[in-house]
Amino acid sequence: MLSIKNLHVKLEEEDKQILKGVDLEVEAGKVHAIMGPNGSGKSTLSYVLSGKDGYEVTEGSATLLGADLLDMEPEERAAAGLFLAFQYPVEIPGVGNMTFLRTAVNAQRKARGEEEMSAADFLKVVRAKAKDLKIDAEMLKRPVNMGFSGGEKKRNEILQMAMLEPKMCIMDETDSGLDVDAMKLVAEGVNALRSEGRGFLVITHYQRLLDHIKPDVVHIMADGRIVKSGGPELALEVENNGYADILAEVA
Amino acid sequence: MARTAEKTNLTDARIAALSIPGRGWSVPAREDAVNRLRAMGLPDRRDEYWKYTRPDTLTQVTPEPAAVFENDEAPLFDGIDRVKIVFVDGVFDAEASDDLSLEGVRIERLAEANSDLHWARDLYGTLETNGQTPVARPLAALNTAFATDGMLIHVTGAASKPISIVYRHESTTSDVILHHLIKLDAGAELTVLENGPAAARFNKVMEVEVGDGASFHHVRAQGRDHERRAATHVFARLGAESTFKSFTLTVNGVMTRNDCVIELTGDDASAHVAGACVGDGAFHHDDTVFVTHDAVNCESRQVFKKVLRNGATGVFQGKILVKAGAQKTDGYQISQSLLLDEDSQFLAKPELEIYADDVACSHGSTSGAIDEDALFYLRSRGVPLAEATDMLTLSFLAEAVEEIEAETLRDEINTRMAAWLGRRRG
Repeated sequence: MLSIKNLHVKLEEEDKQILKGVDLEVEAGKVHAIMGPNGSGKSTLSYVLSGKDGYEVTEGSATLLGADLLDMEPEERAAAGLFLAFQYPVEIPGVGNMTFLRTAVNAQRKARGEEEMSAADFLKVVRAKAKDLKIDAEMLKRPVNMGFSGGEKKRNEILQMAMLEPKMCIMDETDSGLDVDAMKLVAEGVNALRSEGRGFLVITHYQRLLDHIKPDVVHIMADGRIVKSGGPELALEVENNGYADILAEVA
Repeated sequence: MARTAEKTNLTDARIAALSIPGRGWSVPAREDAVNRLRAMGLPDRRDEYWKYTRPDTLTQVTPEPAAVFENDEAPLFDGIDRVKIVFVDGVFDAEASDDLSLEGVRIERLAEANSDLHWARDLYGTLETNGQTPVARPLAALNTAFATDGMLIHVTGAASKPISIVYRHESTTSDVILHHLIKLDAGAELTVLENGPAAARFNKVMEVEVGDGASFHHVRAQGRDHERRAATHVFARLGAESTFKSFTLTVNGVMTRNDCVIELTGDDASAHVAGACVGDGAFHHDDTVFVTHDAVNCESRQVFKKVLRNGATGVFQGKILVKAGAQKTDGYQISQSLLLDEDSQFLAKPELEIYADDVACSHGSTSGAIDEDALFYLRSRGVPLAEATDMLTLSFLAEAVEEIEAETLRDEINTRMAAWLGRRRG
């Protein structure tokens, strides 16, 4: 599904190498988690994959189902099936959440040569999915993420994911700023989307999210590389002993 | 400053080319206006309030020609239940207009209101005259003197539908001066809609007397014709517990100067004036607003948003004057521009002048580019760059558009802006 090979990335504005050779294969139907200390390059990886400005790929490749991601505009990556759940979802005053969602869904459909969704169909689907995430009608009407609590913003990300039905979902610290109940709700939303054809890459500092979204593979990232990979037990090891032990071991 | 000979010559030449239309009750007021105009002189670049906007094409004797812009878009407000009044290059078009009847409202044309006992007699030019101090507005005096027509609207009750004035432009050389006078009695309610390019050059004044407890809503769209020029003035005087709301959408137009002069003279009154403009290329748009608080516990709000690209220029000159004794004033002013490239510019001059000690006044002015984080967020969801830019442009304008109270009108304006942006995408 997602194939990253020897990915090297530096900041565009300054001579600072962030990713120093990332190799990663996420298979369809699998959930991979990336853990790592602050500054290890986890968020950069998610931004580079989704096409944010400010980064320069100096070496390596990233493909989604064989298509070169790095050669596409952000909207093309989205239409190709990539989705990034933001760590800090952006507030957009004056754009209704519903309008935003419908524009996004139909833009992707159009880009893929599919028929656009009618207003009535869209409304039906979005209402059902919003209900599962305990997103009320009022939240759908409000401007995108405006006045949303931390938990509401993250639920709104999952709603977008559910509506857009991406093939490959990257979740950037989706657990940050969430209380236990909100995290459960978000995790349930993600788990409901797990399917054979869909891959997940879950970026997190803490193991607790992985109690709710059970990963198949856990990677430890440090200083721009994946330094260790293993099963779910690796996350528990981090939780119990911190990163220091693992980093010392691979150093 | 010493008056220059050029200014005197310019003013004399312009006056000489015009004549006071008709006879009757308005003539003394018109003659007064000519005297005011002579005393002030037409504006030139040395005038403080014309520093950022070149007045020459608005003051010269012969207007610059303006091509008529054709498109097949349905006219604005077509779907709204209204009393439609049509002017074609400043000439009233009875065929295209509705019956001038509406319960609780008396509607007449300035050109036809000849009775010497006319209610408008004591009001015509009065608010314009008040609005000449402390800042001279010579083009408004010129208008009062030489307006060929306009609507006289006297509202005694709650009007059941809006009065919609449509200005069509068919002649490339038309030079039009219209003057509307609106009087709302105590407790009366009216919405006035205006749209259309009007003329190659358009000088328009609207004087609005809002009686105690009355409410006046105004939504206008100045658009379409790229080469048109306009200088418009709204003068409003507000009685106690009255409400005034005015919103203007401006798209296209090589030169637009909109003055809005509001006096809050009764306690607990509220005045909102807002503008959204989108300018592309040869576009110059100037909003000059002057709000005077002269009563207790009044609220005023100025919200102006401009989107500028390809070398377009936006100007905002906004003032809140709080007179001594106008305690508990709540004044707010915001002017913001979204600059879509480095060739465009926004010039802002916010002013507060306060002589009362128990007031809350705030103002802010910003210029910025499109929010890159928001743009990336939209694109990451699959919205293409151009469409995402438009969404953020509309989002930027939203605070101004939200000043329109009626949802149907708000939707109409939003739809129009979205369509315009869509066409511009090319």
